[in-house]
Amino acid sequence: MTGVGGIAADGLSWYEATARQRVGALVDPRTFVELIGPEQRETSPHLTIFDLPEQFDDGMIVGHASIGGRAILLAAQEGRFMGGAFGEVHGAKLTGLLRAAQALRRDVVVLFDTGGVRLQEANAGELAVAEIIRALVCARSVGVRIVGLIGGRAGCYGGGGVIAGCCSTLIASEHGRIGVSGPDVIETNMGVEEFDARDRALIWRTMGGKHRYLIGGADLFVDDRPAAFREATLTALRRRAGLDLDTLLAEHARLERRIARFGDKTDAIDVWTALGIENAGTIPELGTRDFVRSAAGHRESADEAR
Amino acid sequence: MERMTYRLTAPHPAGGTRRQAIVGVVASGNLEVLVERTQPLDVCSVEIATSVRGFNAVWEAVVTDFVARRPTGGLRIAINDSGARPDTVALRLAQAVRLISAEGV
Repeated sequence: MTGVGGIAADGLSWYEATARQRVGALVDPRTFVELIGPEQRETSPHLTIFDLPEQFDDGMIVGHASIGGRAILLAAQEGRFMGGAFGEVHGAKLTGLLRAAQALRRDVVVLFDTGGVRLQEANAGELAVAEIIRALVCARSVGVRIVGLIGGRAGCYGGGGVIAGCCSTLIASEHGRIGVSGPDVIETNMGVEEFDARDRALIWRTMGGKHRYLIGGADLFVDDRPAAFREATLTALRRRAGLDLDTLLAEHARLERRIARFGDKTDAIDVWTALGIENAGTIPELGTRDFVRSAAGHRESADEAR
Repeated sequence: MERMTYRLTAPHPAGGTRRQAIVGVVASGNLEVLVERTQPLDVCSVEIATSVRGFNAVWEAVVTDFVARRPTGGLRIAINDSGARPDTVALRLAQAVRLISAEGV
Protein backbone atom coordinates (compact mmCIF):
# COMPACT_ATOMS: atom_id res chain seq x y z
CA MET A 1 0.00 0.00 0.00
CA THR A 2 1.30 3.44 -0.85
CA GLY A 3 0.32 6.90 0.26
CA VAL A 4 0.33 10.16 -1.67
CA GLY A 5 3.68 10.70 -3.34
CA GLY A 6 4.47 6.98 -3.16
CA ILE A 7 5.48 6.98 0.51
CA ALA A 8 4.96 3.51 1.95
CA ALA A 9 2.29 3.62 4.65
CA ASP A 10 4.48 1.52 6.95
CA GLY A 11 7.29 4.06 6.97
CA LEU A 12 4.97 6.97 7.55
CA SER A 13 5.16 9.08 10.71
CA TRP A 14 1.68 10.05 11.92
CA TYR A 15 3.14 13.35 13.14
CA GLU A 16 4.67 14.19 9.75
CA ALA A 17 1.85 12.86 7.55
CA THR A 18 -0.86 14.99 5.99
CA ALA A 19 -4.49 14.38 6.97
CA ARG A 20 -5.11 12.57 3.68
CA GLN A 21 -2.09 10.32 4.16
CA ARG A 22 -3.30 9.45 7.67
CA VAL A 23 -6.79 8.58 6.42
CA GLY A 24 -5.39 6.42 3.63
CA ALA A 25 -3.09 4.53 5.99
CA LEU A 26 -5.65 4.12 8.80
CA VAL A 27 -8.64 2.50 7.08
CA ASP A 28 -8.95 -0.64 4.94
CA PRO A 29 -7.34 -0.02 1.52
CA ARG A 30 -9.56 1.81 -1.00
CA THR A 31 -12.61 1.93 1.29
CA PHE A 32 -12.59 5.64 2.09
CA VAL A 33 -15.34 7.63 0.37
CA GLU A 34 -15.17 11.37 0.93
CA LEU A 35 -18.27 13.50 1.46
CA ILE A 36 -18.25 17.18 0.45
CA GLY A 37 -14.85 16.58 -1.14
CA PRO A 38 -12.43 19.25 -2.39
CA GLU A 39 -14.00 19.21 -5.86
CA GLN A 40 -17.13 20.78 -4.36
CA ARG A 41 -15.05 23.75 -3.23
CA GLU A 42 -16.97 24.35 0.00
CA THR A 43 -14.37 26.82 1.19
CA SER A 44 -14.44 29.30 4.05
CA PRO A 45 -16.61 32.38 3.37
CA HIS A 46 -14.41 34.42 5.73
CA LEU A 47 -10.80 33.99 4.67
CA THR A 48 -11.06 36.05 1.48
CA ILE A 49 -12.15 39.04 3.59
CA PHE A 50 -8.72 38.85 5.23
CA ASP A 51 -6.99 38.24 1.88
CA LEU A 52 -5.92 34.78 3.03
CA PRO A 53 -5.67 31.65 0.87
CA GLU A 54 -8.38 29.01 1.11
CA GLN A 55 -8.10 25.25 1.04
CA PHE A 56 -10.67 23.33 -1.03
CA ASP A 57 -11.67 21.09 1.90
CA ASP A 58 -11.28 23.91 4.49
CA GLY A 59 -8.87 21.67 6.37
CA MET A 60 -11.53 19.09 7.30
CA ILE A 61 -11.92 15.77 5.51
CA VAL A 62 -15.11 13.81 6.23
CA GLY A 63 -16.44 10.56 4.82
CA HIS A 64 -17.06 6.89 5.41
CA ALA A 65 -14.81 3.84 5.25
CA SER A 66 -14.29 0.45 6.78
CA ILE A 67 -11.64 -0.54 9.29
CA GLY A 68 -11.08 -4.22 9.97
CA GLY A 69 -14.15 -4.80 7.81
CA ARG A 70 -16.33 -2.64 10.03
CA ALA A 71 -18.19 0.40 8.64
CA ILE A 72 -17.28 3.71 10.28
CA LEU A 73 -17.63 7.42 9.69
CA LEU A 74 -14.41 9.37 9.70
CA ALA A 75 -13.18 12.94 10.04
CA ALA A 76 -9.61 14.25 9.74
CA GLN A 77 -8.21 17.71 10.37
CA GLU A 78 -5.27 19.06 8.37
CA GLY A 79 -3.10 20.62 11.05
CA ARG A 80 -0.88 22.48 8.61
CA PHE A 81 -3.71 24.51 7.07
CA MET A 82 -4.51 27.41 9.44
CA GLY A 83 -3.14 25.25 12.28
CA GLY A 84 -6.06 22.86 11.81
CA ALA A 85 -8.29 25.49 13.33
CA PHE A 86 -12.08 25.35 13.46
CA GLY A 87 -13.93 27.75 11.17
CA GLU A 88 -17.52 27.81 9.96
CA VAL A 89 -17.26 25.25 7.14
CA HIS A 90 -14.53 23.19 8.84
CA GLY A 91 -16.75 22.80 11.90
CA ALA A 92 -20.03 22.30 10.02
CA LYS A 93 -18.57 19.29 8.21
CA LEU A 94 -17.83 17.57 11.53
CA THR A 95 -21.20 18.56 13.00
CA GLY A 96 -22.97 17.04 9.99
CA LEU A 97 -20.93 13.86 10.23
CA LEU A 98 -21.77 13.44 13.93
CA ARG A 99 -25.48 13.99 13.26
CA ALA A 100 -25.29 11.36 10.52
CA ALA A 101 -23.59 9.05 13.02
CA GLN A 102 -26.50 9.45 15.42
CA ALA A 103 -29.06 8.76 12.67
CA LEU A 104 -27.12 5.79 11.26
CA ARG A 105 -25.98 4.47 14.70
CA ARG A 106 -22.49 4.24 13.24
CA ASP A 107 -19.21 4.76 15.13
CA VAL A 108 -16.99 7.74 14.30
CA VAL A 109 -13.22 8.08 14.23
CA VAL A 110 -11.90 11.65 14.48
CA LEU A 111 -8.27 12.42 13.58
CA PHE A 112 -7.66 15.58 15.58
CA ASP A 113 -4.92 18.06 14.60
CA THR A 114 -5.91 21.52 15.75
CA GLY A 115 -4.82 24.63 17.59
CA GLY A 116 -8.44 25.51 18.36
CA VAL A 117 -10.73 28.10 16.83
CA ARG A 118 -9.66 30.03 13.73
CA LEU A 119 -9.15 33.64 14.83
CA GLN A 120 -10.34 35.07 11.47
CA GLU A 121 -13.77 33.51 11.97
CA ALA A 122 -13.80 33.23 15.73
CA ASN A 123 -17.53 33.60 16.39
CA ALA A 124 -18.44 31.06 13.71
CA GLY A 125 -15.68 28.79 14.98
CA GLU A 126 -16.80 28.96 18.62
CA LEU A 127 -20.38 28.24 17.55
CA ALA A 128 -19.13 25.32 15.49
CA VAL A 129 -17.31 23.89 18.52
CA ALA A 130 -20.51 24.15 20.58
CA GLU A 131 -22.55 22.47 17.83
CA ILE A 132 -19.97 19.69 17.51
CA ILE A 133 -20.03 18.98 21.25
CA ARG A 134 -23.84 18.84 21.24
CA ALA A 135 -23.89 16.52 18.21
CA LEU A 136 -21.15 14.37 19.76
CA VAL A 137 -22.94 13.95 23.09
CA CYS A 138 -26.27 13.25 21.31
CA ALA A 139 -24.58 10.55 19.22
CA ARG A 140 -22.87 9.01 22.26
CA SER A 141 -26.16 8.98 24.17
CA VAL A 142 -27.65 6.58 21.60
CA GLY A 143 -24.65 4.24 21.82
CA VAL A 144 -22.36 5.57 19.08
CA ARG A 145 -18.64 5.39 19.85
CA ILE A 146 -16.55 8.47 19.05
CA VAL A 147 -12.86 7.59 18.96
CA GLY A 148 -10.34 10.45 18.92
CA LEU A 149 -6.81 10.04 17.51
CA ILE A 150 -4.22 12.60 18.60
CA GLY A 151 -0.63 12.69 17.37
CA GLY A 152 -0.42 15.53 14.84
CA ARG A 153 1.74 18.61 14.51
CA ALA A 154 -0.80 21.04 15.90
CA GLY A 155 -1.71 18.78 18.83
CA CYS A 156 -5.28 19.16 20.06
CA TYR A 157 -5.89 22.50 21.73
CA GLY A 158 -8.59 25.06 22.44
CA GLY A 159 -12.09 23.96 21.48
CA GLY A 160 -10.50 20.86 19.96
CA GLY A 161 -9.24 19.84 23.40
CA VAL A 162 -12.75 20.23 24.80
CA ILE A 163 -14.28 18.18 21.97
CA ALA A 164 -11.64 15.49 22.45
CA GLY A 165 -12.50 15.34 26.14
CA CYS A 166 -16.07 14.38 25.20
CA CYS A 167 -15.01 11.37 23.10
CA SER A 168 -15.59 7.73 24.10
CA THR A 169 -11.93 6.81 23.76
CA LEU A 170 -8.82 8.89 23.08
CA ILE A 171 -5.74 7.40 21.46
CA ALA A 172 -2.54 9.44 21.73
CA SER A 173 1.08 9.13 20.71
CA GLU A 174 3.95 10.81 22.54
CA HIS A 175 3.68 13.74 20.10
CA GLY A 176 -0.03 14.11 20.76
CA ARG A 177 -0.41 17.13 22.97
CA ILE A 178 -3.83 17.74 24.50
CA GLY A 179 -4.92 20.90 26.25
CA VAL A 180 -7.25 23.88 26.15
CA SER A 181 -4.85 26.83 26.47
CA GLY A 182 -1.68 26.16 24.51
CA PRO A 183 1.85 26.97 25.76
CA ASP A 184 2.02 30.42 24.15
CA VAL A 185 -1.41 31.40 25.45
CA ILE A 186 -0.44 30.44 29.00
CA GLU A 187 2.88 32.30 28.81
CA THR A 188 1.23 35.41 27.35
CA ASN A 189 -1.45 35.53 30.03
CA MET A 190 0.39 34.24 33.10
CA GLY A 191 4.04 35.06 32.44
CA VAL A 192 7.12 33.04 31.62
CA GLU A 193 7.57 31.95 35.26
CA GLU A 194 4.23 30.15 35.00
CA PHE A 195 5.01 28.46 31.69
CA ASP A 196 7.97 28.84 29.35
CA ALA A 197 6.52 28.21 25.88
CA ARG A 198 10.03 27.75 24.41
CA ASP A 199 10.79 24.83 26.72
CA ARG A 200 9.86 21.87 24.52
CA ALA A 201 10.56 19.29 27.23
CA LEU A 202 8.24 21.16 29.60
CA ILE A 203 5.48 21.26 26.96
CA TRP A 204 5.81 17.56 26.19
CA ARG A 205 5.79 16.40 29.81
CA THR A 206 2.93 18.73 30.77
CA MET A 207 0.63 18.29 27.78
CA GLY A 208 2.08 15.39 25.79
CA GLY A 209 0.60 11.96 25.21
CA LYS A 210 2.56 10.25 28.00
CA HIS A 211 1.32 12.61 30.70
CA ARG A 212 -2.25 12.51 29.41
CA TYR A 213 -2.15 8.73 29.36
CA LEU A 214 -0.79 8.61 32.93
CA ILE A 215 -3.47 10.89 34.39
CA GLY A 216 -6.37 9.43 32.41
CA GLY A 217 -6.58 12.20 29.80
CA ALA A 218 -5.95 9.61 27.08
CA ASP A 219 -6.95 5.95 27.13
CA LEU A 220 -4.55 4.21 24.76
CA PHE A 221 -0.90 5.10 24.10
CA VAL A 222 0.64 4.23 20.75
CA ASP A 223 3.72 4.62 18.55
CA ASP A 224 3.90 7.43 16.00
CA ARG A 225 2.86 5.08 13.18
CA PRO A 226 -0.43 4.65 11.27
CA ALA A 227 -0.40 0.89 11.93
CA ALA A 228 -0.25 1.54 15.68
CA PHE A 229 -3.12 4.03 15.50
CA ARG A 230 -5.10 1.54 13.41
CA GLU A 231 -4.57 -1.30 15.90
CA ALA A 232 -5.62 0.93 18.80
CA THR A 233 -8.67 2.17 16.87
CA LEU A 234 -9.83 -1.42 16.38
CA THR A 235 -9.42 -1.95 20.13
CA ALA A 236 -11.34 1.25 20.91
CA LEU A 237 -14.21 0.23 18.60
CA ARG A 238 -14.63 -2.98 20.62
CA ARG A 239 -14.99 -1.14 23.93
CA ARG A 240 -18.30 -0.60 25.71
CA ALA A 241 -20.41 2.15 24.15
CA GLY A 242 -22.74 4.57 25.84
CA LEU A 243 -22.77 7.58 28.09
CA ASP A 244 -24.89 7.82 31.21
CA LEU A 245 -25.20 9.80 34.41
CA ASP A 246 -23.30 7.21 36.46
CA THR A 247 -20.28 7.55 34.17
CA LEU A 248 -20.27 11.32 34.54
CA LEU A 249 -20.71 11.21 38.32
CA ALA A 250 -17.84 8.74 38.62
CA GLU A 251 -15.66 10.99 36.47
CA HIS A 252 -16.51 14.05 38.57
CA ALA A 253 -15.53 12.14 41.68
CA ARG A 254 -12.26 11.10 40.01
CA LEU A 255 -11.48 14.72 39.09
CA GLU A 256 -12.09 15.81 42.70
CA ARG A 257 -9.68 13.11 43.88
CA ARG A 258 -7.17 14.29 41.29
CA ILE A 259 -7.13 17.80 42.76
CA ALA A 260 -6.74 16.40 46.27
CA ARG A 261 -3.95 14.08 45.12
CA PHE A 262 -1.97 16.28 42.75
CA GLY A 263 -3.20 19.84 43.40
CA ASP A 264 0.01 20.90 45.18
CA LYS A 265 2.37 19.44 42.55
CA THR A 266 4.23 21.92 40.37
CA ASP A 267 5.68 19.62 37.70
CA ALA A 268 4.46 16.57 35.80
CA ILE A 269 7.34 14.48 37.20
CA ASP A 270 6.05 15.14 40.73
CA VAL A 271 2.62 13.92 39.60
CA TRP A 272 4.12 10.74 38.14
CA THR A 273 6.06 10.13 41.36
CA ALA A 274 2.85 10.59 43.34
CA LEU A 275 1.21 8.01 41.06
CA GLY A 276 3.78 5.56 42.42
CA ILE A 277 6.03 5.35 39.38
CA GLU A 278 9.66 4.59 40.21
CA ASN A 279 12.29 6.79 38.56
CA ALA A 280 9.56 9.06 37.20
CA GLY A 281 12.23 11.34 35.77
CA THR A 282 13.10 8.74 33.14
CA ILE A 283 9.54 8.55 31.75
CA PRO A 284 10.17 10.99 28.83
CA GLU A 285 13.04 8.77 27.58
CA LEU A 286 11.16 5.48 27.55
CA GLY A 287 10.05 3.79 24.33
CA THR A 288 6.38 2.94 23.89
CA ARG A 289 6.54 -0.63 25.21
CA ASP A 290 8.62 0.21 28.29
CA PHE A 291 6.49 3.26 28.99
CA VAL A 292 3.19 1.37 28.84
CA ARG A 293 4.71 -1.31 31.11
CA SER A 294 5.86 1.35 33.63
CA ALA A 295 2.43 2.99 33.53
CA ALA A 296 0.50 -0.23 34.10
CA GLY A 297 -0.92 -0.46 37.60
CA HIS A 298 -0.15 3.20 38.31
CA ARG A 299 -1.97 5.26 35.70
CA GLU A 300 -5.43 6.67 36.23
CA SER A 301 -8.20 5.49 33.95
CA ALA A 302 -10.90 7.87 32.77
CA ASP A 303 -13.29 5.24 31.39
CA GLU A 304 -15.21 7.03 28.68
CA ALA A 305 -15.40 10.47 30.29
CA ARG A 306 -12.60 12.82 31.14
CA MET B 1 -4.63 37.42 -3.08
CA GLU B 2 -3.73 37.23 -6.75
CA ARG B 3 -5.83 35.12 -9.11
CA MET B 4 -4.84 33.86 -12.58
CA THR B 5 -6.47 31.55 -15.09
CA TYR B 6 -4.80 29.91 -18.08
CA ARG B 7 -6.46 27.84 -20.79
CA LEU B 8 -3.68 26.04 -22.66
CA THR B 9 -3.45 23.68 -25.58
CA ALA B 10 -2.15 20.37 -24.23
CA PRO B 11 -0.14 18.21 -26.66
CA HIS B 12 -0.30 15.07 -24.46
CA PRO B 13 -3.64 13.75 -23.10
CA ALA B 14 -3.67 12.59 -19.48
CA GLY B 15 -3.53 8.83 -18.91
CA GLY B 16 -5.50 6.68 -16.49
CA THR B 17 -9.16 6.88 -15.52
CA ARG B 18 -9.34 8.53 -12.10
CA ARG B 19 -11.85 11.38 -11.96
CA GLN B 20 -9.86 13.60 -9.62
CA ALA B 21 -6.78 13.84 -7.42
CA ILE B 22 -5.51 16.23 -4.79
CA VAL B 23 -2.04 16.72 -3.30
CA GLY B 24 -0.37 19.19 -0.98
CA VAL B 25 -1.52 21.46 1.81
CA VAL B 26 -2.09 25.22 1.94
CA ALA B 27 0.63 26.06 4.44
CA SER B 28 3.52 28.52 4.35
CA GLY B 29 5.78 27.72 1.40
CA ASN B 30 3.41 25.01 0.22
CA LEU B 31 0.35 24.67 -2.01
CA GLU B 32 -2.47 22.31 -2.85
CA VAL B 33 -3.20 21.10 -6.37
CA LEU B 34 -6.64 19.74 -7.29
CA VAL B 35 -6.89 17.99 -10.64
CA GLU B 36 -10.18 17.04 -12.31
CA ARG B 37 -10.83 15.33 -15.61
CA THR B 38 -13.36 17.81 -17.01
CA GLN B 39 -11.75 19.43 -20.08
CA PRO B 40 -11.62 18.43 -23.77
CA LEU B 41 -8.69 16.07 -24.41
CA ASP B 42 -6.50 18.74 -26.02
CA VAL B 43 -7.05 21.37 -23.36
CA CYS B 44 -5.57 21.92 -19.90
CA SER B 45 -6.93 24.74 -17.80
CA VAL B 46 -5.09 26.08 -14.77
CA GLU B 47 -6.60 28.29 -12.06
CA ILE B 48 -4.25 29.81 -9.50
CA ALA B 49 -5.05 31.62 -6.26
CA THR B 50 -1.88 32.77 -4.51
CA SER B 51 -1.20 34.82 -1.41
CA VAL B 52 1.91 36.33 -3.00
CA ARG B 53 1.36 39.13 -5.53
CA GLY B 54 3.44 40.07 -8.53
CA PHE B 55 4.77 36.73 -9.76
CA ASN B 56 2.41 36.24 -12.72
CA ALA B 57 5.30 35.84 -15.19
CA VAL B 58 6.88 33.08 -13.08
CA TRP B 59 3.54 31.27 -12.72
CA GLU B 60 2.93 31.47 -16.44
CA ALA B 61 6.40 30.09 -17.19
CA VAL B 62 6.05 27.16 -14.75
CA VAL B 63 2.53 26.28 -15.89
CA THR B 64 3.08 26.52 -19.66
CA ASP B 65 6.29 24.50 -19.39
CA PHE B 66 4.51 21.84 -17.34
CA VAL B 67 1.57 21.53 -19.73
CA ALA B 68 3.89 21.37 -22.75
CA ARG B 69 5.94 18.50 -21.27
CA ARG B 70 3.49 16.42 -19.21
CA PRO B 71 0.34 14.47 -20.09
CA THR B 72 -2.20 17.06 -18.97
CA GLY B 73 -4.76 17.08 -21.82
CA GLY B 74 -8.33 16.93 -20.47
CA LEU B 75 -7.41 18.22 -17.02
CA ARG B 76 -8.66 21.14 -15.01
CA ILE B 77 -5.94 22.08 -12.52
CA ALA B 78 -6.77 24.31 -9.56
CA ILE B 79 -4.09 25.65 -7.23
CA ASN B 80 -4.34 27.25 -3.79
CA ASP B 81 -0.91 28.63 -3.02
CA SER B 82 0.64 29.98 0.16
CA GLY B 83 3.95 31.25 -1.17
CA ALA B 84 5.51 28.06 -2.56
CA ARG B 85 8.71 28.33 -4.60
CA PRO B 86 8.59 27.38 -8.31
CA ASP B 87 10.34 24.02 -7.70
CA THR B 88 7.74 23.10 -5.07
CA VAL B 89 4.98 24.08 -7.50
CA ALA B 90 6.47 21.89 -10.23
CA LEU B 91 6.79 18.97 -7.79
CA ARG B 92 3.15 19.22 -6.63
CA LEU B 93 1.92 19.52 -10.22
CA ALA B 94 3.85 16.37 -11.15
CA GLN B 95 2.50 14.50 -8.10
CA ALA B 96 -1.09 15.51 -8.86
CA VAL B 97 -0.90 14.50 -12.53
CA ARG B 98 0.76 11.21 -11.65
CA LEU B 99 -1.99 10.49 -9.10
CA ILE B 100 -4.89 11.16 -11.48
CA SER B 101 -3.11 9.14 -14.20
CA ALA B 102 -3.64 5.96 -12.15
CA GLU B 103 -6.39 3.48 -12.95
CA GLY B 104 -9.55 3.49 -10.84
CA VAL B 105 -12.07 6.10 -9.77
